[in-house]
Amino acid sequence: MTAPDVRAAAPDYPAKRDAACPFAPPPVLRALAEEAPLSRVTIWDGSTPWLVTGHESQRALLGDERVSVDEHRAGFPLFSQAMRDTLEHRPAMVFNLDGAEHRRLRKILTRAFTAKRVQALRPAIQRITDELIDAMLAGPKPADLVTSLAVPLPSLMICELLGVPYEDRDFFQERSAVGVGGTASAEESGASMQALTEYLIGLVRSKKETPGDDVLSDIAERVTAGELSEVEGGLLGLQALVAGHETSANMIALGTVALLRHPEQLALLRDTDDPAVVATATEELLRYLTIPQVGQRRIATADIEIAGEVIREGEGIIIDLPTGNRDPDVFDAPEALDLRSPQGRHQAFGFGPHQCVGQQLARAELQIVYGTLFRRIPTLTPAVEFDEIEFKHDALAFGVHALPVTW
Amino acid sequence: MNVTVDRERCCGAGNCVVLAPEVFDQRDEDGTVVLLDPTPPEALAGSVGEAVDQCPGRAIEAYDIRP
Ligand code: HEM
Ligand code: SF4
Repeated sequence: MTAPDVRAAAPDYPAKRDAACPFAPPPVLRALAEEAPLSRVTIWDGSTPWLVTGHESQRALLGDERVSVDEHRAGFPLFSQAMRDTLEHRPAMVFNLDGAEHRRLRKILTRAFTAKRVQALRPAIQRITDELIDAMLAGPKPADLVTSLAVPLPSLMICELLGVPYEDRDFFQERSAVGVGGTASAEESGASMQALTEYLIGLVRSKKETPGDDVLSDIAERVTAGELSEVEGGLLGLQALVAGHETSANMIALGTVALLRHPEQLALLRDTDDPAVVATATEELLRYLTIPQVGQRRIATADIEIAGEVIREGEGIIIDLPTGNRDPDVFDAPEALDLRSPQGRHQAFGFGPHQCVGQQLARAELQIVYGTLFRRIPTLTPAVEFDEIEFKHDALAFGVHALPVTW
Repeated sequence: MNVTVDRERCCGAGNCVVLAPEVFDQRDEDGTVVLLDPTPPEALAGSVGEAVDQCPGRAIEAYDIRP
């Protein structure tokens, strides 16, 4: 197929990655990106929203007040039939509110994720990382890095932030692994989410009486002030869990796979104790892997002229962050994983008012894991062939189902 | 160099604090930006420029109108 045909065909979205090259965005999307920063794709319901692959256009649209996340507007590019079926029952969330309403909810969360608060959490993240690595080393070989480190670390950090009491953490971890881990059946995951929601609503209620220094207590305070109901408060806690659990876990495990595939890059992390080197490396891994893989969904609330096209009011917009983060107009060698090159402008956390609330926490977790794992286990190697690793091709965020390792 | 911030546009992502901690902080109560130094020294122009560029809310402006 020649390139102009690719654009004319409005290919299906999401698209399939090349199994031989799983770290790269799907070939068909890259073909679109080479042609123009904006194209059309066909989604599950047969509609053909805009697909934005150019880094600059993504940035402009994600920060544009005429671009809305309101999934209830006609023409919004929904993710699936299941989402359409439950649209009436989807509560107002940080993910689907615009403007002042969005700011009000978001501010309740941002307080817990400031650079300072996250800095103060670093010793706890380091301690938990070391304990999980100790336990893995003490256990049988090979071990699964996903279940020994990648999943429990973010889960325990979310417990810490939300203020989940110690005695409930096993329950919480187990339910979140099933609820948002991306591998359970729809029924199992639905049941777990239900249990977690009820649990969080109960916890908000008890934090009204006995507050602590945590997110659910902040939420409980707003409930007491009459700004939120208990249910809305519990759901807000759940949103942080949903957005922060699988993403961080995938980045930890997939980043490890990518490093094991690039031993000369891994050596840099293994041989350094300079936090600045680890921080730069982490940004490059975030760019190179850009795990959100089903597009940030938006709708235009007015005509918008951009990159020689006009997006009409009411048209759907999908921002594909992985292709944008390999845009040759912005990055010198976008196809290479180069941990030494600073990649400040990557958009792995999005851009604009919905840019990831938890990004400083995610950075701290990743910096500590990447900076600790290979120093503590310099001989870490995969226990299976690369082509036996099962990648999460169909999940919301890219990752691996399991990563058997030995040392 | 002069710096101004618009707290209404700030979405509390904290990038400015990571990039230029001498110039920016965040309020404890809601994570919105606090300007520590509205007239940072030239030596910080690079990191302040990066903070302007990386701010997802486009809440920071840096300017120098001296001739
Ligand atoms: C490496 C890990 C992570 C990645 C790649 C990631 C990525 C993203 C992206 C791309 C968005 C923007 C969504 C959009 O504009 O449509 C987002 C939003 C969000 N993230 Fe993250 N995230 C990560 C970790 C976390 C963590 C650890 C938390 C919290 C515990 C978190 C909480 C959130 C929340 C609440 C939002 C919604 C913000 C809003 O709509 O205002 N994320 N994330
Ligand atoms: S980078 Fe921008 S949005 Fe984020 S805290 Fe600073 S001023 Fe606010």
